[in-house]
Amino acid sequence: MYRYDEFDAAFVRERVAQFRYQVERRLSGELTEDEFKPLRLMNGLYLQLHAYMLRIAVPYGTLSARQLRMLAHIARKYDKGYGHFTTRQNIQFNWIKLVDVPDVLSDLADVEMHCLQTSGNCIRNVTADHFAGAAADEIEDPRTLAEIVRQWSTLHPEFTYLPRKFKIAVGGSVHDRTALKFHDVGIEIVKNDTGETGYRVLAGGGMGRTPYVGHVVGDFVAREDILAFLEAVMRVYNQSGRRDNIYKARIKILVNALGPEEMRKQVMREFEEIKRAGTLDLPEAERKRIAAYFAPPDFEALPVLCEEFEAARLRDGAFRDWARSNLALHRQSGYAIATISLKPIGGVPGDASDAQLDGLADLMDEFGLTEVRVSHEQNLVLPHVRKKDLPAIFARLAALGLATPNAGLVTDIIACPGLDYCDLANARAIPIAQRISERFADLDRQHEIGELKIKISGCINACGHHHAGHIGILGVDKKGVEFYQLQLGGSGAEDASIGDILGPAFAVSEIVDKVEEVIGVYLERREGHERFLDTVRRIGIAPFKERVYAAH
Amino acid sequence: MPLIRNGAFAEDTYVTVADDAALPANGTIVSLARLKAERETLLARNAALGVRLKSAESPEELGDDVHRLSVIVLEFPVFRDGRAFSWARMLRTRLGFTGEIRAAGHFLYDQIAFMARTGFDAWEVPEGFTLEQFQRALGEISYIYQPSADGRPTIRQLRARG
Repeated sequence: MYRYDEFDAAFVRERVAQFRYQVERRLSGELTEDEFKPLRLMNGLYLQLHAYMLRIAVPYGTLSARQLRMLAHIARKYDKGYGHFTTRQNIQFNWIKLVDVPDVLSDLADVEMHCLQTSGNCIRNVTADHFAGAAADEIEDPRTLAEIVRQWSTLHPEFTYLPRKFKIAVGGSVHDRTALKFHDVGIEIVKNDTGETGYRVLAGGGMGRTPYVGHVVGDFVAREDILAFLEAVMRVYNQSGRRDNIYKARIKILVNALGPEEMRKQVMREFEEIKRAGTLDLPEAERKRIAAYFAPPDFEALPVLCEEFEAARLRDGAFRDWARSNLALHRQSGYAIATISLKPIGGVPGDASDAQLDGLADLMDEFGLTEVRVSHEQNLVLPHVRKKDLPAIFARLAALGLATPNAGLVTDIIACPGLDYCDLANARAIPIAQRISERFADLDRQHEIGELKIKISGCINACGHHHAGHIGILGVDKKGVEFYQLQLGGSGAEDASIGDILGPAFAVSEIVDKVEEVIGVYLERREGHERFLDTVRRIGIAPFKERVYAAH
Repeated sequence: MPLIRNGAFAEDTYVTVADDAALPANGTIVSLARLKAERETLLARNAALGVRLKSAESPEELGDDVHRLSVIVLEFPVFRDGRAFSWARMLRTRLGFTGEIRAAGHFLYDQIAFMARTGFDAWEVPEGFTLEQFQRALGEISYIYQPSADGRPTIRQLRARG
């Protein structure tokens, strides 16, 4: 993991003091709420429906056991005993008092954490593949670049008052687990024909009310040029992005207004100049210095076939179920990547209690696991687990209520906080997720359905990624009543696509039945082992439409 | 409005004139529109000349005339409009402007350090704003992660020094 040196540590301490002074000025009335708002947002502090919400940065989703314990402490001391993991790999606390925030930040600084740039019109906390360093199909660990980008973007003097928020994701594998094509900037680590590693840079992706898949603006940016290139993209955006209408202020609107070709031209002009100046070059020695922090643990030489693991699978049906859906292929033989589902049947997607966070930290220490990841699908991931330890780890997770065997299945649902917390929401999202989860609780049925990503947003801002859901559900408000619109065929993976809207929205009493009907059509029409998404792509949305509106 | 220049309160030796007002004898700041309309006359005068750019006006519109100006005022219509940070940096690093870059309009105490980093060296501050506040604003964060127009050593450079 990355470790702060004296400069990082001093920086974060000063940032805490700076924010403490900003809070003092707000409490004394020197700052108006309008003036305080962007300052608190840049430290992740939102004013929600009922209270302040504090969003803590988890850069590229990587946490240590020590950091988990601090999050548990914050949940206990300053909140109601739980935190909520988000689709941007962060964690947020929903019941924080303004006067406590500087102390929370100080506690976080003790474990090398902060809330920097988790909100506001700045470059947000950078996300990366949650299987980084472990995935079998990885070209290079994306966290090295993510950390370099994090440092470059931290309190960037030129890009802290952008037209709108700016989200960057970095992926290092063929399979995209970061939804990078839906980011303001997505960076893919790629190899060129001569085997060199470089970066393909996409810009202008996004969700919200006008969803777009990003366009390639840099086909192969050399390693040493990446910061200069990013600075060029930011400068074009800061100068030309719209500021007259917040709904048209994201870079996706600019890229699509200019057209990708003109965007590339403008970026290249800035890039040439920044590159000439040379101050943003990224020397190979510096890249390697950062990469060393993300060196993989010392893997033991273990056989591919693990007897303890196989024996447990035969013996214990519950373990077998969990292993079937929650383990992924590790690059190292004898190891596995384990997903800890935060989607218990009928539970709130992404929530974790203080006891669960502490319990997980203890488990990590006991089994020598140095890090845990937060996924953008609101789950946790243990990236490097010896297969022979899995039966014991599974038992411990089960005791913590963290062993739901549903990763990637129909009950592994993404949902935004919705109207239960958020003042932008039109409708609740969490209860819909809970009811769908209960309806499909039967595990055999979940496996029968196979991979299916349901994503729910409580408003058009799309924090629940509904556009990228195999089944997307969007909550809308019709004269004060909640309704839910269905979208089919979206994907946030390397085959990114925006789902098609099925038709008029359904009442809250109908929506779960309608999801079931949609899945029914899939089960009738699928061919062989076709996934839900592939069936939708093959047959189109018409057969689904016919079924769900048949009785209307 | 009080003016802070080079870290101290200073007398504003310029008069900002409306587009239809008569030109004063001494230093004058005009709009971009007036500079374009009366370019020859303004540049021929034997007096210091400045321009006040709105946030939507790129300094590139000044062309080579930028080097004949002694002050460029960058306006913040509202503190959320951050274009001037890029304009200041462009003036310093692309256009090589060495004169005064002055912040005017609605900006916050909390933006002063970013302004200093991107190339501003003068600020029109509200009545009652003190030099102590100004110094505090500049000193809140000692270390920086990225280069800008100020040439300050970055954390990476400090690390390399050991």
